[in-house]
Amino acid sequence: MSINIKNNLKNKSLVSINDYNKEEQTYIIELAKKFEKQEYQNILKDYIVATLFFEPSTRTRLSFESAVVRLGGKIIGFSDLNTSSVTKGETLKDTIKIVSNYCDLIVMRHPLEGSARYASEISKVPIINAGDGANQHPTQTLLDMYSILKTQKTLNNLNIFLVGDLKYGRTVHSLLMAMSKFNTTFYFISPPELRLPNDYKHYLENLNVTYYEYSEFLEHIPKADIIYMTRVQKERFSDPIEYEKTKNTYILTNDMLVNSKPNMRVLHPLPRVNEISIDVDNNKKAYYYDQAQNGLYVRQAIISSILGVI
Amino acid sequence: MSIHNVNKDKTQLKVSAIKEGTVIDHIPAKNLFKVITILGLTKIDTLITFGTNLESHKLGKKAIIKIAGIFFHEDEINKIALVAPEAKLNIIRDYNVVEKKIVTLPEIITGIIKCYNPQCVTNHEKITTRFTVINKKPVTLKCNYCEKIMQEEHFIIQ
Repeated sequence: MSINIKNNLKNKSLVSINDYNKEEQTYIIELAKKFEKQEYQNILKDYIVATLFFEPSTRTRLSFESAVVRLGGKIIGFSDLNTSSVTKGETLKDTIKIVSNYCDLIVMRHPLEGSARYASEISKVPIINAGDGANQHPTQTLLDMYSILKTQKTLNNLNIFLVGDLKYGRTVHSLLMAMSKFNTTFYFISPPELRLPNDYKHYLENLNVTYYEYSEFLEHIPKADIIYMTRVQKERFSDPIEYEKTKNTYILTNDMLVNSKPNMRVLHPLPRVNEISIDVDNNKKAYYYDQAQNGLYVRQAIISSILGVI
Repeated sequence: MSIHNVNKDKTQLKVSAIKEGTVIDHIPAKNLFKVITILGLTKIDTLITFGTNLESHKLGKKAIIKIAGIFFHEDEINKIALVAPEAKLNIIRDYNVVEKKIVTLPEIITGIIKCYNPQCVTNHEKITTRFTVINKKPVTLKCNYCEKIMQEEHFIIQ
């Protein structure tokens, strides 16, 4: 079984979370546990990974680069457009064609949606999508799943609260698609303007997944195993008054967690602005910093699997 | 409505019969010009006649196109199923209908329509668009690049 999965993942791009089936996703998060135990190894000593960040995302880039360097690999690439030929008018196609001559794997972030899929079609080496506009960011989803597994000891039968901007939130959409295969019950909590789009609700209904939709969440918190907070951005509101009225409804404060389950953990893809009050940070149920650290091990697992060194 | 009926009832449709060629019937009237674009009929130099806003029980208003001397390949004609899923084809030889065909929507649509998402990479680089048909009625497509889902009102013929 796992030999088949290994062969399937080798040299295959990871562009969308659905590029990996449930078994492959589970394989990666199980493998991440091994990297967490031994994060410094020399298995990538003969490999070069390019990180091409056509738009800045310092934390994601550093996480990938640290994952590679801790495994003995080398990094080439750029972290902003000013140091790349793109400013001279080079097409994405030409950049990918050329860079794929110089490395064994490309990690890319690009503002255009579908750019990573396109790159995977023209590149000689596999592509890992580190975010293509509002579309996909699959390594974030896998690290979210790893964080859920680590804190709950299982991925099955959990009550997952997704809170904040459910309309535009890329991480929310990918996470719900992935977790819908684990008998999850979802609680969607958002301002009316930023509710989950119907396409995703139909997706869940077709899979017979139970979900509830609320516009405030305090009374429901005792049911939660995971509260996944996201940022409610002012610019997403057509009416600024509506934003002012609702913004405080979606701020999680420490006193709201008093009646939460002992196993409950708060996750957030970060960066956080004010949606989780700083007084939550010292609560042992706050897990977002560990979640970011988990990204390192998950990315080590993904990179090693794609390069076939594990 | 078959070609014979059309010919008999001259008050309904005053477009002449063709000797050899293809008649495409049951096109929703609002999509006539989309069908013309998809089939590249503006680049053909044989006789083409069409009628539009004809009464139809099924479609309300329908259009019909007669193209002399042209017989379409199946892959080519199936592309019109995107905007005319009920279209029927009559193949004419020597003024007679020798074959009737219906169109079938392909599973993958390559290069006919533009992705409606302005942030999609296909609208910024020279890339042939590709969509997976995820539902046939109503026709619903998913862009293979940006993964956005769209329905007929968003189809822009390239």
